[in-house]
Amino acid sequence: MKLNFRRIIAIINKEFIQIRRDPRTIALILMMPIMQLLLFGYAVSNNVDHVPTAVLNLDIGSQSRKLLSSFSNSQYFDLDYYVKSIDDVQKLVDKGAVKAGIIIPPDYSENIARGKTAQIQLVVDGTDPTTAQVILSSAGSITQVYSTEIVSQKIQTLTQGRKLSGVLDIRPRVWYNPDMDSVYFNIPGLIGIILQNITLMLTSFALVRERERGTLEQLIVTPIKKMELMIGKIVPYIIIGFVDLILAVAIGTLWFKVPITGNILLLFAFSIMFLLGALGVGLFISTISNTQLQAMQLSMFLIMPNILLSGFMFPRDAMPKVIYMLSNFIPLTYFLKVLRGIILKGVGIEYLWPEFMILVVFGVGVLVLAAGKFQKRIG
Amino acid sequence: MEYAIEIENLTKKFGNFTAVNNVSFNVKKGEIFVFLGPNGSGKTTVIRMLIGLLTPTSGLGRVLDFDIVKNPEQIRLNIGYMSQKFSLYDELTVEENLDFYAGVYLVPKDVLQQRKREILEMADLVGRENSITATLSGGWKQRLALGCAIIHNPKLVFLDEPTGGVDPVARRQFWDLIYRLSENGVTVMVTTHYMDEAEHCNTIGFIHYGNLLAVDTPENLKKNQMKGQIIEIKCDKLMESLELLKTVDFVKDAAVYGQGLHIVVDDAKRYLVTLADILKSGGVKVANIKHVNPSLEDVFVFLVENESRKQFIREMM
Repeated sequence: MKLNFRRIIAIINKEFIQIRRDPRTIALILMMPIMQLLLFGYAVSNNVDHVPTAVLNLDIGSQSRKLLSSFSNSQYFDLDYYVKSIDDVQKLVDKGAVKAGIIIPPDYSENIARGKTAQIQLVVDGTDPTTAQVILSSAGSITQVYSTEIVSQKIQTLTQGRKLSGVLDIRPRVWYNPDMDSVYFNIPGLIGIILQNITLMLTSFALVRERERGTLEQLIVTPIKKMELMIGKIVPYIIIGFVDLILAVAIGTLWFKVPITGNILLLFAFSIMFLLGALGVGLFISTISNTQLQAMQLSMFLIMPNILLSGFMFPRDAMPKVIYMLSNFIPLTYFLKVLRGIILKGVGIEYLWPEFMILVVFGVGVLVLAAGKFQKRIG
Repeated sequence: MEYAIEIENLTKKFGNFTAVNNVSFNVKKGEIFVFLGPNGSGKTTVIRMLIGLLTPTSGLGRVLDFDIVKNPEQIRLNIGYMSQKFSLYDELTVEENLDFYAGVYLVPKDVLQQRKREILEMADLVGRENSITATLSGGWKQRLALGCAIIHNPKLVFLDEPTGGVDPVARRQFWDLIYRLSENGVTVMVTTHYMDEAEHCNTIGFIHYGNLLAVDTPENLKKNQMKGQIIEIKCDKLMESLELLKTVDFVKDAAVYGQGLHIVVDDAKRYLVTLADILKSGGVKVANIKHVNPSLEDVFVFLVENESRKQFIREMM
């Protein structure tokens, strides 16, 4: 089958004119990446700090004040409320005014002074388990450090000045994202999500719109070949996908200051492969839908599991085995690995070639499937 | 090759529903063939089979000597097609629409400008080249759609209900374009449900519920298909008179026609006076009663009645 370049150009040209004259499509192409990046970049943050906290201090000694100041100095806790009874703590948690409460018993300072184990109580609002988890672990490490300090002081006084050497000393070092800032995690993932959503939606409408308006029937009756039509329909959206990719990368690096440590050309090469798959899925939806509404519903149906399972929001390691297996069949899973690998870790093709192969196989496969499903007949 | 289209026993079924039933006819090269029938009678289905959009359930068809099932792509190179709703790209300008179809049909670039000018002049669209198609009125859109369908100079053009939803003046203008195409040797197959449009074509095919009732020239249809003669009556109390006349034994058929009634009888001269008397004694004021030549509508109504009588008899036996 010999493809005619002029026919393909005619389709591409027509597609671009239609996009150019439709303000809603233009808005979607330009605003969606910007809005999603800003929304996710700012609003969706897993960084839990400055937790509003209530304090019920029944102790009158100086030790408890020292402990509390180590809490407030940590930046993790804001000791907003000092209350008089356990009921008050309860009320503040119920109201949602605080997420945590620190309760210090009356004998706290006395116990410390006597060298006994002193107890404090931490109350955490568990409605949001992720936040509660972070609060628990930061409170844990604050008290850990504080108690080590007390013990070492005790030993120093007992041994007349001899310093305590620890038994086990962990020296953690976090690579690639040392501050563990969730923006670094979110932005590369978002680039993948945006790329997929916009191209999938636009292409799934591309053929259905023509079917709805009757222009597809007109087009089928011309001598245009199936592949010419398919290529003509895909190329404009690859270009648009690329515009959005550059836009998203620019916002990520310039606005959110997430540097691209790896090779940007490699990133682009991967993106093309990923785009082929997303466009193929869009075209496939196009061939099996009769109305734009159906196409929209099908796109949404596919986009949701992509967001949930790809590891964009929730770590795949925490998923049950079945779900984890399922997420292996989502190309976005691999693309996210690639994006985070190149942007955050700066790794190259030597580590990413399996993902490259998977994306190529998926992209070509789904395009062939869509082309096979599309018929120049209506019945 | 004498025929542009040859169809033999063409049938299309959608599940249990037979949309086109055993239809056979030929269309001569260079003629205007009007496919006439009410909405839903199977006209569009026949055309869609001829251009390869639908696969026939059974039967044979050849368009420009190419088999409609085996060679649809060869057919598509040589035909123009205008579907029911003028399928233009609304966001594109008039010229962009023409350029698009010229690109898809691979109209040679050296003749493109000349060809576009011809089309614009023919369709009376000169000066509108840069108008957005969505802003054009029905008549303009319809002529532009025809222009797009013939930009590559096809030998055969299919026009599916091209005049639906267009005002009478635009309809007349459009038919002038069809005659012009025919003068230039293009074969035109048009579907319509307007009887008056069929009067001036070369051949009419009457189709009703998937059955082809007759194929002939308009003159022959009126002369040969009607079994009987027509008496036209202008009178008051139309419906009452209609009921009254239907009870008369020599009246074969009676129907409202425009402002009056058309009555089918064997011999118009013989029954003219009798009919007038019957009406007068029934208390009807007759303004005018005369023998007229049958119109296409009379023929069509007769053929449909005849068909349902045959159907009725078949079902009884």
